[in-house]
Amino acid sequence: MRLYEHESKQLLRRHGVPLPKSALARSAEEAERAAAGLGGPVVLKSQVLTGGRMKAGGVRFASSPAEAKSAAAAILTLPINGQQPAGVLVEERRTIAQEYYAAVTWDTRAKQPVIVFSDMGGIDVEEVAVQHPGHVARVHFSALTPFSDFFAKVAVASTGVSGNELGALTRIVAALARAFLQYDLTLAEINPIGRLDDGSIVALDAHLDMEEEARGTHRALLQELGVPEEDTRQARPPTAFEIAGAAVDASDPRGVAGRVVEFDGNLGLIIGAGGGSLTLFDAIRAAGGKPANYCEIGGNPSVGKAAALTRLVLSKPGVEQIAVMMNVVSNTRVDIMARGVIKGVIEAGHDPAAKIAIFRIPGSWEEEGFAILRRYGVDYVDRSVSMHEAARRAVAKLGAQPGRKR
Amino acid sequence: MAMFIRVDVDPAVQADPALCKRLVELCPVDIFALDGAGRIATVEQNLDECTLCDLCIAAAPGRVTVVKLYAEG
Amino acid sequence: MSILVDERTALIIQGITGREAVTMSRELLDYGSRLVGGVTPGRKGREVHGVPVEDTVRAFTERGRIDASIVAVPPAFAADAVLEAIEAGVKLIVVVTERIPRRQVAQFVEYARLHGARIIGPNCLGVISPGKAKVGGVGGAADATRRAFRPGSIGVMSRSGGMTTEIANALSEAGLGVSTAVSIGGDAVIGSTYAELMPLFEADPETRGIAIYSEPGGRAEAELADYLAAHGSRLPVVAFMAGRFMDAMPGMRFGHAGTIVEGRADTAAEKVARMEAAGIAVAERIEDIPLLLAERIEQAQHSDNGGG
Repeated sequence: MRLYEHESKQLLRRHGVPLPKSALARSAEEAERAAAGLGGPVVLKSQVLTGGRMKAGGVRFASSPAEAKSAAAAILTLPINGQQPAGVLVEERRTIAQEYYAAVTWDTRAKQPVIVFSDMGGIDVEEVAVQHPGHVARVHFSALTPFSDFFAKVAVASTGVSGNELGALTRIVAALARAFLQYDLTLAEINPIGRLDDGSIVALDAHLDMEEEARGTHRALLQELGVPEEDTRQARPPTAFEIAGAAVDASDPRGVAGRVVEFDGNLGLIIGAGGGSLTLFDAIRAAGGKPANYCEIGGNPSVGKAAALTRLVLSKPGVEQIAVMMNVVSNTRVDIMARGVIKGVIEAGHDPAAKIAIFRIPGSWEEEGFAILRRYGVDYVDRSVSMHEAARRAVAKLGAQPGRKR
Repeated sequence: MAMFIRVDVDPAVQADPALCKRLVELCPVDIFALDGAGRIATVEQNLDECTLCDLCIAAAPGRVTVVKLYAEG
Repeated sequence: MSILVDERTALIIQGITGREAVTMSRELLDYGSRLVGGVTPGRKGREVHGVPVEDTVRAFTERGRIDASIVAVPPAFAADAVLEAIEAGVKLIVVVTERIPRRQVAQFVEYARLHGARIIGPNCLGVISPGKAKVGGVGGAADATRRAFRPGSIGVMSRSGGMTTEIANALSEAGLGVSTAVSIGGDAVIGSTYAELMPLFEADPETRGIAIYSEPGGRAEAELADYLAAHGSRLPVVAFMAGRFMDAMPGMRFGHAGTIVEGRADTAAEKVARMEAAGIAVAERIEDIPLLLAERIEQAQHSDNGGG
């Protein structure tokens, strides 16, 4: 879950990271008042959960409150990568002598957090890593023991930084590492850290990502930062199809209705979650099929939930048939899935034998499941037919009709 | 309307309130319910959720029958 | 032989009285695994399918050797359960719990490393040496497990729990069978990666080839490719690549720090190229895995004969 710049800075301020003075504005008028309060020139920054703000015109400069007002008005109505700004951060504008880069993230190969520090910040630091490897430090540290400042010092010093700056930067990087551990962050990044013309060192931007799974642990913090619990922090609002899918999932604790996704084709997919769904989606495409939508289903769903999801998949205009396919299942029961899908098709007013192009779920309770499918005349296959072959048969059955375009 | 499962309860079960109560408690998908008079009845919308766990059959041998409506022959 | 678990493996389940764990206990016993008991605090004295429940892991390790523990507790208690098992001297810990924050995972993985214990998972279905034992829910009910996992010569490793069974099933149907299959878990930080398990399969004389599942995201395949480049292997490795369609979808991008630390994100196409460069054969369909393996095992035999 990504935090906005203003939230990230609020959190870092508590850890003693020096920051320029700033205020969040939700309207042009608020921005004008904020600029007047700060006095002097300001920078206004769009609050969006995406990069590339500068290039998109989401960062503007103003030398007076009136200028700040018109700049804020422009920023607040400018979507960036499809996102409406949640506000504009009005910050005192300072003269920067040098820029540094600092981040803490996970190295999944080392299975440890790692500090990344560069004395050439502000620009594409991954390019710096290639062009000037001596100017990008990586220092791993343990998540098991309390963080010790020397890790930060080693990272900063190894890029050649010394003198007073070494101490100031070490304190900032150490604070970043401690915040990273304390709040279950997956990324804590300050780019740039600026050395100002008066010699002081401050964090000019900040980007923190909190692990979704840890959100419950840090509920109090999120409340203080003003992040509502229902705020999913998704870059785009959910579609009606996704909302309906989530409603079906919430209606019953048994089983998991995973992602529901819409496309333009004519074949509805009720498929297993995870690796099975990736495999089947490839298989449908390889056979020349055009998925209309898909709904991942996992765990051990109730008959009612499987039926509701089947109705949902069938409700999309243009769905001619559905394919029900999974890898060999262990926890999901074949007979329960067969009952649910058949029930959903009949409740939607269709004949299961005609509407279900293929049913390929081998595994637990398959004999029972196959008996149900036979009774309703549904075309099913067992484990001797591979996922790719099952997908190919479903597509062949549907014919080579082109998908409807939206 | 249940499509896949029917559960038949022998009327004799009604004479055994303790058994009625146990059937209600043991079913993992709430197929049984008691009416106001303590008589057992099946819950229509839960019948198709039956997991064929046979707990009810074990609790009342010969007096509760689970019928698979899809069985061939 | 096999790796990690066999018929002698004595195991417990932490969180044994939970709904899924009760089912798993039944399946493990039916399969023939040596499940000697389980832990649920406050439930000492109870039984689950005839095996005793204790309050602590130590209650079991003080009485006898415990080789493995399955951690099946809710995410908030998982790290604590793993540390308890490590402290009690258990050397193989299979964490099936999902949604554990990675800081906690990194902590118990490091703690395990310091104590010479191995973690499989989290968010995995466990380990199975067909015909000997399984430790975890992999394969489900005993009869279904026997059908999909036949004893044989291929080591299977998969980030996807469900695809572990699908791949094993294809190998069983083709007559190659499985020596040991490991569902390694799908999280970013896991206890044992493909590359880390390779030396174990390498040392197992019964294993004659390796099948892995691969999908976009993560560095597991790159790490395996590096391992093979550095150490080589007597075992032919075949990877099944899923999620090729994702290359056509936008939005797969790492940030600056991720790119510096882990390298650029691989698309499916880049992963395929990287694996092929390391000598890993990449299958487009599950049914191609046994064919590619059989071909390579035969080639290896020929070159052995030629050389000897």
